[in-house]
Amino acid sequence: MLTKRIIPCLDVKDGRTVKGVNFVNLRDAGDAVELGALYAAQGADELVFLDITATVEGRGTFIELVRRVAHTVNIPFTVGGGISSKADVSALLHAGADKVSINSAAVRNPALIDELALEFGSQCIVVAIDSRYVPHIEDVPDAGGDHLVHTHGGRTPTAIKTIPWAKEVEDRGAGEILLTSMDTDGTKNGFALELTATISGAANIPVIASGGAGTMDHFQEVFTTGKADAGLAASIFHFREIDIPDLKQYLQDKGLPMRL
Amino acid sequence: MKTVIIKYNAGNVQSVMYALDRLGVNYLYTDEEEEIRSADRVIFPGVGEASTAMAYLRSKKLDKLIPSLTQPVLGTCIGMQLMCRYSEENSTDCLGIFDVDVKRFPKTPGVKVPHMGWNSIYDYQSTLLTGLEEKAYVYFVHSYAPPVCDYTIATCNYIHPFSAMLHRDNFYAAQFHCEISGDVGEKILSNFLKGE
Repeated sequence: MLTKRIIPCLDVKDGRTVKGVNFVNLRDAGDAVELGALYAAQGADELVFLDITATVEGRGTFIELVRRVAHTVNIPFTVGGGISSKADVSALLHAGADKVSINSAAVRNPALIDELALEFGSQCIVVAIDSRYVPHIEDVPDAGGDHLVHTHGGRTPTAIKTIPWAKEVEDRGAGEILLTSMDTDGTKNGFALELTATISGAANIPVIASGGAGTMDHFQEVFTTGKADAGLAASIFHFREIDIPDLKQYLQDKGLPMRL
Repeated sequence: MKTVIIKYNAGNVQSVMYALDRLGVNYLYTDEEEEIRSADRVIFPGVGEASTAMAYLRSKKLDKLIPSLTQPVLGTCIGMQLMCRYSEENSTDCLGIFDVDVKRFPKTPGVKVPHMGWNSIYDYQSTLLTGLEEKAYVYFVHSYAPPVCDYTIATCNYIHPFSAMLHRDNFYAAQFHCEISGDVGEKILSNFLKGE
């Protein structure tokens, strides 16, 4: 039976992992390659590495890290952060990444998704969607009251509605959606279940839910009520508030298909 | 022992190379006939789309070479599908090593295609699976698969049972990605590369 996936996310700066609490205060959680290998050994189903400095610094350090990760871990991993061209994707895949995640660049130029899917195959193109509920946009009375896509690490709002955008990225050839709720991210109060369920129900590609995991029950909820295919979290794993083997055992005991 | 990874336009093979590095196996990445023919083990990897891959194989005459090989050959993912007779993906005639057709997963309400993630394999019928627990988990990413047939040596179930691995004579194939399937995948690769 196809299992639900548990995915630790490692935000990387200069080869080390950092976790943004509400994307502002950064705390250091160790060497990225070592931590990734540890998670793989503990039974993580995939890994995600996000280069949070991609737009500021050169990509050389990150590509070298990707090479080291690929050499070390024997499970799939996705890389993201500042990817905006075929050349970026090609370099990361050739360094050994299994998938790439694009976000702001896809919003800026949706046709990029089609180009990348055609060139490299849908299976390796993940579109990350950062979404926040916006009750009302000033001066644009019609546009409020919806989950809107945000770019640049969640800092920049757009007028794009999350659910139609999710369908569009699938139509354009994305192989997977990484959905982060900016409303729940960093809160540890649980995933955005309703939004995740709506998108997972609307899309025929896997949805990775992100943002808000604080307890093992939150994962159970996101796989049942939230209909997610995978659950992603960062700090709760980095700071060992939840251990992956315990989490997977717990979820299996609750009747969810897990790889143990 | 000489191991060759066949070079063609099959997407990213870097993770296959790294997996062999982890196993301490030296390899050559080549599309030259002499090198491929003289190898003790041949890996035919792949990620991508069937018709484009077949067109490339024909342009390099690899479509004649691969079926004529006599040493152990392991195809993975699209490599496996290309070793079958025909693929529904863009109606592609393939190499015909396995006399079976590759079919798309049927549209099924509430079930996503591609089949992406970790799924268990069962009903092992090959020494390539020696040392694995029954229902071992491996990593799949695909929308097409060959059905269970006479060549099936491991089965997986997604929407319906399909061939996770095939075997005929010196030819082996896996629909999943051995190279990123954790310890299970490494064991299968190791059995293939280091077996008799």
